[in-house]
Amino acid sequence: MNLLGKLDWSAIPLHQPIIMGATAFMGLIVAAVLGFITMKGAWPYLWREWLTSVDHKRIGVMYCILALVMLLRGFSDAIMMRSQQAVAAGGAQGYLPPEHFDQIFSAHGTIMIFFMAMPFVVGLMNFAVPLQLGIRDVAFPTLNSVSFWLTAAGALLINVSLAVGEFSKAGWWGYPPLSELQYSPGVGVDYYLWSLQISGLGTLLAGINFVTTILKMRAPGMSYMRMPVFCWTSLATNLLIVAAFPVLTAALAMLLLDRYLGFHFFTNEAGGNQMLYANLFWVWGHPEVYILVLPAFGVFSEVIATFSGKPLFGYRSMVVATMAICVLSFFVWLHHFFTMGASANVNGFFGIMSMVIALPTGVKIYNWLFTMYGGRVRLSVPVLWTVGFMVTFVIGGMTGVLHAVPPVSFQLHNSVFLIAHFHNVIIGGVVFGAMAGYTYWFPKAFGFALDERWGKASFWCWLVGFYLAFMPLYLLGLMGMTRRMQHYDNPAWQPWLIVAMIGAIVILGGIICQIVQLVVSIRDRDRLRVTADPWNGRTLEWSTASPPPAWNFAFAPNVTGRDAFWTSKRQEQARQDKPAPARAYEPIEMPKNSATGFVSAFFAVIIGFSMIWHIWWLASVGVFGAFVTLLAFAFRRHPEFEVPAEQIARFERAQQSGAAA
Amino acid sequence: MNIATTIDGVPLEALHSASEAGPAAKRIVVAYGFWIFLLSDIVMFAALFASYAVLVRSTAGGPTGAQLFNQTTVAIETVCLLVSSYTCGLMSLAINSRNRLGTYLGALITFALGVAFLTLELREFADMIAHGATPERSAFLSAFFTLVGCHGLHVTLGLVWLAVMMVQVAVMGFATSVQHRLLCLSLFWHALDIVWVGVFTVVYLMGISL
Repeated sequence: MNLLGKLDWSAIPLHQPIIMGATAFMGLIVAAVLGFITMKGAWPYLWREWLTSVDHKRIGVMYCILALVMLLRGFSDAIMMRSQQAVAAGGAQGYLPPEHFDQIFSAHGTIMIFFMAMPFVVGLMNFAVPLQLGIRDVAFPTLNSVSFWLTAAGALLINVSLAVGEFSKAGWWGYPPLSELQYSPGVGVDYYLWSLQISGLGTLLAGINFVTTILKMRAPGMSYMRMPVFCWTSLATNLLIVAAFPVLTAALAMLLLDRYLGFHFFTNEAGGNQMLYANLFWVWGHPEVYILVLPAFGVFSEVIATFSGKPLFGYRSMVVATMAICVLSFFVWLHHFFTMGASANVNGFFGIMSMVIALPTGVKIYNWLFTMYGGRVRLSVPVLWTVGFMVTFVIGGMTGVLHAVPPVSFQLHNSVFLIAHFHNVIIGGVVFGAMAGYTYWFPKAFGFALDERWGKASFWCWLVGFYLAFMPLYLLGLMGMTRRMQHYDNPAWQPWLIVAMIGAIVILGGIICQIVQLVVSIRDRDRLRVTADPWNGRTLEWSTASPPPAWNFAFAPNVTGRDAFWTSKRQEQARQDKPAPARAYEPIEMPKNSATGFVSAFFAVIIGFSMIWHIWWLASVGVFGAFVTLLAFAFRRHPEFEVPAEQIARFERAQQSGAAA
Repeated sequence: MNIATTIDGVPLEALHSASEAGPAAKRIVVAYGFWIFLLSDIVMFAALFASYAVLVRSTAGGPTGAQLFNQTTVAIETVCLLVSSYTCGLMSLAINSRNRLGTYLGALITFALGVAFLTLELREFADMIAHGATPERSAFLSAFFTLVGCHGLHVTLGLVWLAVMMVQVAVMGFATSVQHRLLCLSLFWHALDIVWVGVFTVVYLMGISL
């Protein structure tokens, strides 16, 4: 019996200079960060205040940091693909061999969807939703920490695959039979499966947590129709998570059973059915698109109302449109494979539903436009992202409706036209939304704003770079170029692919601007210091200090209308002469920090890694460890502590004197 | 009649509607969150049911359900599980009246019935495997073992949870957190019953006609 399963020295790709270079580069960065923390003696602080924190704001920030780091990783893959295709024309083979190129496009998709876009939107929800609802934390704070750390565990596994072994070559959906043992005998698909199972569990738990929080934990007076739109879109997203992620878990579990125990769900032999996987995957996959984009819609709604100085136009229609998308998103999955060979009626049904789902999205676009109409729009960085989104997303949406027509889809299926379409909606929608939210809530999270000039530079680079990188792909798709080509024979494609590469380089400029923006803003934080309400906001998060205290609100806000904070600001102006009556602070009960999340994710990594490499004894150790962790959590004696009233009073006094000064 | 009007003499219009009442009590939040989890679990079973339905005729020349399933065993299994749901309910009543002995007794009978169910199921599996009807034999059998096995795995986890909870009752008494967990456990146990009704119908009853 081999103690290390399939793992030996040949797992490390020493003969591949590009991979080893990337590994060394990543290793250096990680070592530098760890060294810096050690040098500063920041480990106890980090452990106490962040790694074991169950505060939704801290967890939200950690989600966003994870997303930004993984954006860099996913973007490196993107720029490698663009440069490969720019040179690999005619007889040329470029610099990436096919087996490496296949791993790159698989990793790019997997990372960008699961470890960039997902953590970013979940992070923004984590940070903003409890504040907007006027409450102290989410329904299950420790579970929230577990969710985050499981996501991080999945991200870690996918990065380990770069150095130890290989990643999947079967694309980000991992379609069988290619992803079955027969055609993918290596560990690549196993890395893919285990990292998604682990992070998927984290996401599911986060979804349960947020549905419960939004439906059961709102501040007094905050009825459903008084919730900020971001909370509504978060509710829709989390309902979709709860309803869709279990299907992904089931589909991936079946593929795991095929690969590990010789089952025949999706194999070529013994009655396996490959299209069953495609159906299950996209039953999750299409709602997933809306899981990502709905929170972005929420961010745009908040941003556009705040910076236009007007209530959101058509609040009710916005809510109805959001929930309509939530339901309709489960009726369109088949448009991902009209070529399956279903009957014309089936294709027709899903084609029509795919067109219908564009309607509520259209309602939203008009609502945002009418919110701006007649308002005093301040063209700040979040607004730039929002306007850029509206233009870009409409184009992406229209090419999407084109795909809803089955005969057109037959022509464009698996072409780079499709690639252009979904990047058009995901970059133009999700990424722009995440960036808008990042800029919008950054001052709330840290007490200082992000530098405006670098933010604008970043936006313009992203916008121009996006059009340069993806408009050529529409043309190439119509010219017949299919996706995932390591090299091609048609020289007519090359000029367009060079333009696309230039676009990717411009986007790189945007990313560099964002890094510079962050560094500059931290350096100039005293100049950029803000009050509780830097944007003249409308919702409750702007009524508490920046950064908010651990308990968020000294008193539970009493909500009397929509745009709760705006309303209360108006009421205060009206009775300016009368000073607010002094209120006695009361002690607040808060959940204690817990290492449960960090420790259980540690064991999740052990389980995942040892299952990938067939190290069965270690996997049992991991399962046992996770179980003991759970028991330790269950037998805690005092999971809560009390923040004394005096501490709250001191904080509030300091805030008020700071605001007066 | 709305009894709220008589409570503390507060006029009805001064009371918040439920959606404006502020954060719900911990017990409600916990149970609600667990309900949402159960729904997600049932969605996962739905995916397994759908896969089973797609693959049920893909026997690849191997045995069909009609040749494999033993109705008597399944009937006994069903009785075990349904009665265990009843005794689980009795346990909940004992918990509500802080009756330790009743709680232990209810838990013990529930546990024993769960073990009986699992034993019968595992014997059925072992029998099938001994006759060459393994999950590797055909897509139908893969789907069968996954669906029924996944339910069995849930029952196993429920039994482990039940055992842990009895230790918690012994060590921590009926603390609030323990009560909340016992409430979730009983919800879990009843949900497994509901899933089993689906398994019994779709797999075993409809299986004999295939």
